[in-house]
Amino acid sequence: MKRYSVFAIAREAMNHHQGWERAWKSPVPKASYDAVIIGAGGHGLATAYYLGKNHGIRNVAIIEKGWLGGGNTGRNTTIIRSNYLQDPSAAIYEKARSLYETLSQELNYNIMFSPRGLLMLAQTHHEVRGYLRTVHANNLQGVVTEWITPERVKDLVPIINIDGPRYPILGALYQARGGTARHDAVAWGYARACSDMGMDIIQQCEVTGVRTENGQVTGVETTKGYIGTRKLGIVVAGHSGQVAEMAGFRLPVESLALQALVSEPIKPCMDVVVMANTVHGYMSQSDKGEMVIGGGTDGFNNYTQRGSFHHIEETLRALVETFPMISRLKMLRQWGGIVDMTGDRSPIISKTPLGNCFINCGWGTGGFKAIPGSGWAMADLMARGEPGPLAAEFDMWRFREGRFIDESVAAGVAH
Amino acid sequence: MLILDCPYCGVRAEETELTPGGEAHLKRFGPGSDDDDFEAYMFARKNPKGVHFERWRHAYGCGKWFLAARCTATLEVFGTYPAQTAEPPADIVDKIRARRPDWTLT
Repeated sequence: MKRYSVFAIAREAMNHHQGWERAWKSPVPKASYDAVIIGAGGHGLATAYYLGKNHGIRNVAIIEKGWLGGGNTGRNTTIIRSNYLQDPSAAIYEKARSLYETLSQELNYNIMFSPRGLLMLAQTHHEVRGYLRTVHANNLQGVVTEWITPERVKDLVPIINIDGPRYPILGALYQARGGTARHDAVAWGYARACSDMGMDIIQQCEVTGVRTENGQVTGVETTKGYIGTRKLGIVVAGHSGQVAEMAGFRLPVESLALQALVSEPIKPCMDVVVMANTVHGYMSQSDKGEMVIGGGTDGFNNYTQRGSFHHIEETLRALVETFPMISRLKMLRQWGGIVDMTGDRSPIISKTPLGNCFINCGWGTGGFKAIPGSGWAMADLMARGEPGPLAAEFDMWRFREGRFIDESVAAGVAH
Repeated sequence: MLILDCPYCGVRAEETELTPGGEAHLKRFGPGSDDDDFEAYMFARKNPKGVHFERWRHAYGCGKWFLAARCTATLEVFGTYPAQTAEPPADIVDKIRARRPDWTLT
């Protein structure tokens, strides 16, 4: 793999840009692998990357039904934060956030990580108490967050209206090293690094069955033929229930549509990420100048990757009240993704009832921010067969045993 | 936009008038049941990509709970029916079979 650098740009500029390599190969699947990962989104590719980098397992295939990073990896609002309440969540999201800090250098691929700061607005007294609690918890967990006053919010976000009649801003939970990254680039960067390690990324290849023998996985049936494997990782987000059914078990997961939208591009007006969970909307400005906006999920099961139109209206209505200047912005694009929701709104990184089959799912509305940490923990689990400290609490049997990692109350709804 | 006919008041309601209530025809397991049944009842909801039976409430209308048969892959609605049933009525099942010949009621 040729490294990307300023010298490479200069060299190629002299050479009519004839020498750029393909970022990753498109190989024909081999008969078998040491590990197969279903799903070439951010989490699947990160899992493969850390399997190779941390554990030396490089005879790996990543199988993707559609195209690389074409699911929720390319559909989210690119927010990165780790200000969670519960210890296991804070640990894995902070691991992810800290890996994001140096990921561009590590992958030699610019993922445009921008730790521009992130605000979660408190607009009710209940929320004030909740976020104060989170700040204290974060300080104990080693996650740097602080509680800031409405005046400080106004300083950081001049376009905000802090004394709206219905939901005045009472303060905010501020994570200065939260921010955004280029979502596609995260998938592309991991893919390029995986391909460079000799791993096979097989796109346009749908898994149609899981073959087992004596309670152990032996391989997967795909639209490109049978692929044998010693270990299987299922990392397919919204379709986790489908693949789990092929593997013979049921997950405590429901699939819902979550949508996002962007406005027409405007000049820079907001250099932090703002989340308003009471009124249910969040917004940041992309480097292109578009306001990137997200809201809540629909309340019913859905696999169509398009959400209900009235959610857009509700989200925008809330944001117009908070940011009056956006009222005359035109919205350019809207899209949806299928998110896999668990009962406690925390992910599942777990062994399964099927031997040597592992699952990473349930990230729901907040998966993008977790990609490096999730891949790290999943790779650890797949390589050793037992969860490491990051994944230990996130097993799929926690529901049965009542060991919830309850972020549904702590994180509200938006991520 | 999802549109369901309320089987009680007959109003053709679009989804802002309705509140979704999750999987229909749940068999409840309480004290005395074994762990597997209780876990499945509490957490393991059906999550099919295809035909799904759901509870809905006509919240901004007559206020009644009813049930709907719907396809989660296409958003096609097969029909709605009153909530006082233990399983999908025959006419709904027939309608689904006509549209989805491979489907079986589980």
